[in-house]
Amino acid sequence: MSYDLSSEIILFLPLLSFLLLSLFGKRIKPEISGIIGTMVLAFVAFLSLYVAFGYFFDFGKVDGVYVKHIVTQFSWLRFNENLSIDMGIVLDPISVMMLIVISFVSFMVHLYSNNYMKGEERFTMYYAYLSLFSFSMLGLVVAVNIFQMYMFWELVGISSFLLIGFYFTKPSAIAAAKKAFIVTRFADLGFLIGILMLSYGAKTLDFFVLIERLTATGSPYIASFTASSFLGLSTLSWALLLVFAGGAGKSAMFPLHIWLPDAMEGPTPVSALIHAATMVVAGVFLVARLFPIFAISAPDALHIIAYIGAFTALFAAVIATTQTDIKRVLAYSTISQIAYMIFALGVAGWGEGNNEGYTASMFHLFTHAFFKALLFLGAGAVIHAVHSNEMKDMGGLRKALPITHITFLLACLAIAGVPPFAGFFSKEAILSAAYNANLPIFYVGVFTSGLTAFYMFRLYFRIFWSKPAVKHEGHGHESHTWAMNIALLVLAVGAVFAGFIPFGSFVSAEGKAIELPFHLMFSITPVLVGLIGILIAYVLYGKKNDLPARISNSVSFVYQSAYHKFYIDEIYLFVTKKILFNLIGRPSAWFDKNVVNGMINGSASGTVMFSGAIKKMQSGRLQTYAMFFLGGVLILAALLVIKFI
Amino acid sequence: MEQVPLSHVLILSSILFFLGIYGFFTRRNLITVLMSIELILNSVNINFVAFNKYLYPHQLEGVFFTLFIITIAAAEVSLAIAIIINLYRRFNTIDIDDTDTMKY
Repeated sequence: MSYDLSSEIILFLPLLSFLLLSLFGKRIKPEISGIIGTMVLAFVAFLSLYVAFGYFFDFGKVDGVYVKHIVTQFSWLRFNENLSIDMGIVLDPISVMMLIVISFVSFMVHLYSNNYMKGEERFTMYYAYLSLFSFSMLGLVVAVNIFQMYMFWELVGISSFLLIGFYFTKPSAIAAAKKAFIVTRFADLGFLIGILMLSYGAKTLDFFVLIERLTATGSPYIASFTASSFLGLSTLSWALLLVFAGGAGKSAMFPLHIWLPDAMEGPTPVSALIHAATMVVAGVFLVARLFPIFAISAPDALHIIAYIGAFTALFAAVIATTQTDIKRVLAYSTISQIAYMIFALGVAGWGEGNNEGYTASMFHLFTHAFFKALLFLGAGAVIHAVHSNEMKDMGGLRKALPITHITFLLACLAIAGVPPFAGFFSKEAILSAAYNANLPIFYVGVFTSGLTAFYMFRLYFRIFWSKPAVKHEGHGHESHTWAMNIALLVLAVGAVFAGFIPFGSFVSAEGKAIELPFHLMFSITPVLVGLIGILIAYVLYGKKNDLPARISNSVSFVYQSAYHKFYIDEIYLFVTKKILFNLIGRPSAWFDKNVVNGMINGSASGTVMFSGAIKKMQSGRLQTYAMFFLGGVLILAALLVIKFI
Repeated sequence: MEQVPLSHVLILSSILFFLGIYGFFTRRNLITVLMSIELILNSVNINFVAFNKYLYPHQLEGVFFTLFIITIAAAEVSLAIAIIINLYRRFNTIDIDDTDTMKY
């Protein structure tokens, strides 16, 4: 089968499965629908690997450089000769890499959900939503046109909304779904304005034409775009920062991160797929897609992005150390890790020797997808067994859930950056890129990686150790969750070995193979910091003791504010409820009630009064009507006479 | 033989016409109202024939028109009578003042 056809099938098969499951869901048995969804994604994952193999080893390389390959493209909405919204599929290193990540993790999550969601009332709709999400996410990464990306961007937003609010009888789930939707929508407003500014400046919406026009030296588009500036940044930088605002909303960067921890109200496999591995890295992907413009024409915007990323990485990691809901710990860990990718992009530049941050970011995206999905699925298995999200209900589960225990440990080692697991390689690449570009960010990165190791192992020890090992009353719980076990084991393989892929030779900013630097001396510091973090976690949480409580009491102010997520949610509530609602909401409500409604009601009652006044004319009496008629004729006759005299 | 002047005929038709109008507005019985309409139509017929005879004696259009009007008037009368019969069945009267239910 040809590669082009395969990539089209990859995109449309999940859509077909969504249509099938949502339209005929009532007639399909739940077990069958789970199998359909899983089979479809298995096939898609297989085709993705096939296409990736073809791209990287067969047709993708031209003269040693990976070039884009447009599979199909047609104009969907034409504005004028030069400006149109196109739909299409493009293969290039990052989109192919994303195809693998999305389809593979999605396949694992589909498989896992067969057990995890068993017996749910809306099981079929759950699979339909998962398929919809897979379709939208795949469409997002293969988009040829920034507007096509925007549309799929909203589609992933809506599927995320549907899945967060899957348990729609729970008020907290509804609130979380609304919060996620509103916050990302708010960010997408920035994205839309950014798109409009970019398309106004470059007179195109096509990604590759856009990049070409806004990076070529001496291009008239850049000259006109950078001519005016505001607050020291050129118009182009502002446009790109607005685009990044959309990405920051999806990728939960500070200060738009508030929706992601709440999004954990959704089913755990959904958190693994959407809120850990794929959708939340869409912002990283967006920046990577437009990376040449950022790096060549607006490095100042890139610096801002780097600082936002570094701050978010540290900020989220600090919060993660204090949370007690295991999914929330993972959520903040996700925010922190995505921030790593963002600042890796931010410290990267253009040209030989500067662009390793780009590759490092994509590499971390790739490895993170595996171990974070694994962590979430492992947490899901724990929750499935314990029926609680709270750490205090866990402990000593290592005997009860041996497979989960081992895979979770592997994932923790991977995310903590312990060699030779996957996270080590990608994190080293990021830190080395930061070291070469921006020392303060490097130190933040190293410190955060220590924190990461600490909170991950705090989580690990509190779930699986901390108390004497118990045989959980759900005796041999793992024996009847074979699909979950397989998914965990397969992802564990990824978490262990994904780091050995020579990523630099596949994905780089310019398409040329680069060598990711690897110095033993350099790696010692981060690894040591990580190991210290693990050690502290062991001392505090390896066995149950009162040391953690004593420490948290001694720094109670810091602990409390971190536990309450630095009160960001409260600030948002204050700003929206107290300020926006009172200053804008209430006046506009008053205006709407009195002025707008008044105008409408006034015109209606005016009509009523007028018709009341003239309705007597319609008396039902034939002769009265005839009198009107005659009167009209006489008037016409009189007019005629006047005219001719 | 000396002809009757045109103006006399026109005066006759005018008288007929206004008689019809008067009847239409003052009578209460639907049948009489219908008869008044016939009077109006016939005054028009007289006009047609008179103008044809006096102004264009070599043509026949006016006479034809009259014939058409008579035919259509016959049809119209049958319709009107049918309506009046229905009214009578419904209201037990053909007084025009009592049949005023089709109003605001």
